[in-house]
Amino acid sequence: MLKPGITALCALLSLYVSAQAAAGDQIVIGDIDDLSGVYADVQGQGGIEAVYMAIADAGGTVLGKKVIVLSVDHQNKPDIGASKFREWSDQNGLNMLIGGSNTGVSIAMAKVAAVKKVPFFAIGAGGASLTGADCTAYTVHYAYDTTALGNGTASAIVKQGGKSWFFITADYAFGTQLQEAATRVVIANGGKVVGAVRAPLGTTDYSSFLLQAQTSGAQVLGLANAGTDFSNSLKGANEFGLTKTMTPAALLAFISDIHSLTLQTAQGLYLTTAWYWDLNDETRAFAKRFFAKMHREPTMTQAAYYSAALQYLNAVKAVGSTDSDLVMAHLKQAKINDMFTKNGYIRADGLMVHTMYVMQVKTPAESKYPWDYYKVIKVMSGEEADGSQPDPACSLAKK
Amino acid sequence: MTTVFGVPLPAILGQLMLGLVNGSFYALLSLGLAVIFGLMGVVNFAHGAFYMLGAFAAYVGLQFLGVNYWCALILAPLAVGLLGIAVERLFLRHLYQLDPLYGLLLTFGIALIFEGILRGLFGASGKSYPVPALLRGGLNLGFMVLPIYRAWVVLASLTVCGMTWFLIERTRLGAMLRAATENARLVQAFGINVPLLVMSTYGAGVGLAALAGVLAAPVVQVSPLMGTSLVIVVFAVVVIGGMGSIVGAIVSGLVLGLIEGLTKVVYPEASNIVVFVIMAVVLVWRPTGLFGKE
Repeated sequence: MLKPGITALCALLSLYVSAQAAAGDQIVIGDIDDLSGVYADVQGQGGIEAVYMAIADAGGTVLGKKVIVLSVDHQNKPDIGASKFREWSDQNGLNMLIGGSNTGVSIAMAKVAAVKKVPFFAIGAGGASLTGADCTAYTVHYAYDTTALGNGTASAIVKQGGKSWFFITADYAFGTQLQEAATRVVIANGGKVVGAVRAPLGTTDYSSFLLQAQTSGAQVLGLANAGTDFSNSLKGANEFGLTKTMTPAALLAFISDIHSLTLQTAQGLYLTTAWYWDLNDETRAFAKRFFAKMHREPTMTQAAYYSAALQYLNAVKAVGSTDSDLVMAHLKQAKINDMFTKNGYIRADGLMVHTMYVMQVKTPAESKYPWDYYKVIKVMSGEEADGSQPDPACSLAKK
Repeated sequence: MTTVFGVPLPAILGQLMLGLVNGSFYALLSLGLAVIFGLMGVVNFAHGAFYMLGAFAAYVGLQFLGVNYWCALILAPLAVGLLGIAVERLFLRHLYQLDPLYGLLLTFGIALIFEGILRGLFGASGKSYPVPALLRGGLNLGFMVLPIYRAWVVLASLTVCGMTWFLIERTRLGAMLRAATENARLVQAFGINVPLLVMSTYGAGVGLAALAGVLAAPVVQVSPLMGTSLVIVVFAVVVIGGMGSIVGAIVSGLVLGLIEGLTKVVYPEASNIVVFVIMAVVLVWRPTGLFGKE
């Protein structure tokens, strides 16, 4: 009994020692994401795959160092995310962290980034406070934020006459920030919010909330939630006939959500996205490679995972070092040009400003081939989506 | 307009109606748990996973095998029930002599395995199951439009609950089951095959969970995680009703559904904890639950 135990222990020890020794001769990219919960389809394993694709495109080694990826499931718990980040920085020589879904977890990880001075690319999380009140010198908010979502979907719908809104909001940092962003846009465009209800994360039955929305008499049903919360609330809205009397507005929907809901349920829905697989030849080429591995089309954030890893590695190449301050300085003055976006740039507060698209989900009749789900309603410049000035709530913006 | 606590009466009635729908799900699920605990002493933490498997069985049946909703109502619980029987024979059976905690840990592990497998196969965002054509549309109740499907859920669930209660409390088979719980060796001595009885009980309890899953498939997204949050609530329902009490499970399921519905109007943020608050109060006041025996 004792012998196998000792052997295993020795093996573990030698692994640990080799990890320590190797920390200097490799570049370590970490991914902390929801790998098993309600958001696991948004990036999840597909996100990790996208990072590997970026590493391959960067040549596999950078500055003669092998690039490796660490990943862990944060289970939507901020304490797990923050402590894993700390552990990797202290023990595994982490050079750069990609943050997956959940604004709550990302805010906790941003605080660690500031202390450990490790570049932190927040991708799956939407909360605009990551480059506002919670900003740090090492945070890059890469794919989208709640401000852009509000400016996209909410403004498109208000301008089409959807003046009175009722929100169903996920009851945590992301949901409330999203509702605030959309509310600002609705009011600025002459609309009003007649009611809102905060549903706990992971609610499956939305019928009570939908009934409240129905009795409110609002024209627009604003869904300030994501993942399965979004799917379940939209599914309920269909069942209770709300979609006949109200315009549903998806403040955040990923293509994985639309795929699982099917076009029958999701048709006509407005949503805002940073990227769509069928935009142009470059996006289609990436999607084709991704599809071969994952058997589904990439979400906008999976594409952003690829782009963030690639841009980070390019910056390391350009400055000839993994020194966080040098890399961050380079990233903040360079233009970002790849299949994810054109002429994107990182603002002083850490927000990556880039083109966003307001989309409408096609009807089953309009959809010609598998995953042919969106039509472009409006292309928004980065400034239109996020404003041209850094968020004054961020201390870095004052310089 | 008449108001209660500042909320218009039609809104209250509507929420109560929806509470009744959710209560029917709770009743059906807690019934299965109560049967398994009452007759076998097993705390079946895999109940939520079997509920989820029931929904997926219906989905797979419809997508790949051409089994429609009505057949799925019979076939899915049968298939999942058989899986439950396999779990009982292979694993659970060896733990009866041990502390109930071991059964809880085992079933919890089994639930995680099933959820992991289904996530691997279908992804975390789940699948859509259409409402059967016959049950589409809504009933105008005056204060709200109730989708016909939801009315059907209440009807189906109450019927099944009633039948299960009758089977266990009023028939010869039920009497044998109850006797076997009291004194298994004595009943065995009368020539009744107790292990077979226990095995079928677990299968039936699991089948009830799967039936609830099929009923839920058209109204919620069929996802690997659909049972995870539910099983905790349903456990609280069973504890409130009294562990092992059939009537307790049914009644507390319905009542808690109603209370939860009202909470969603008055203070929605608390809607996912109200059941646990009630559980805490009940445990302090009556540790054996509302219908439990000393």
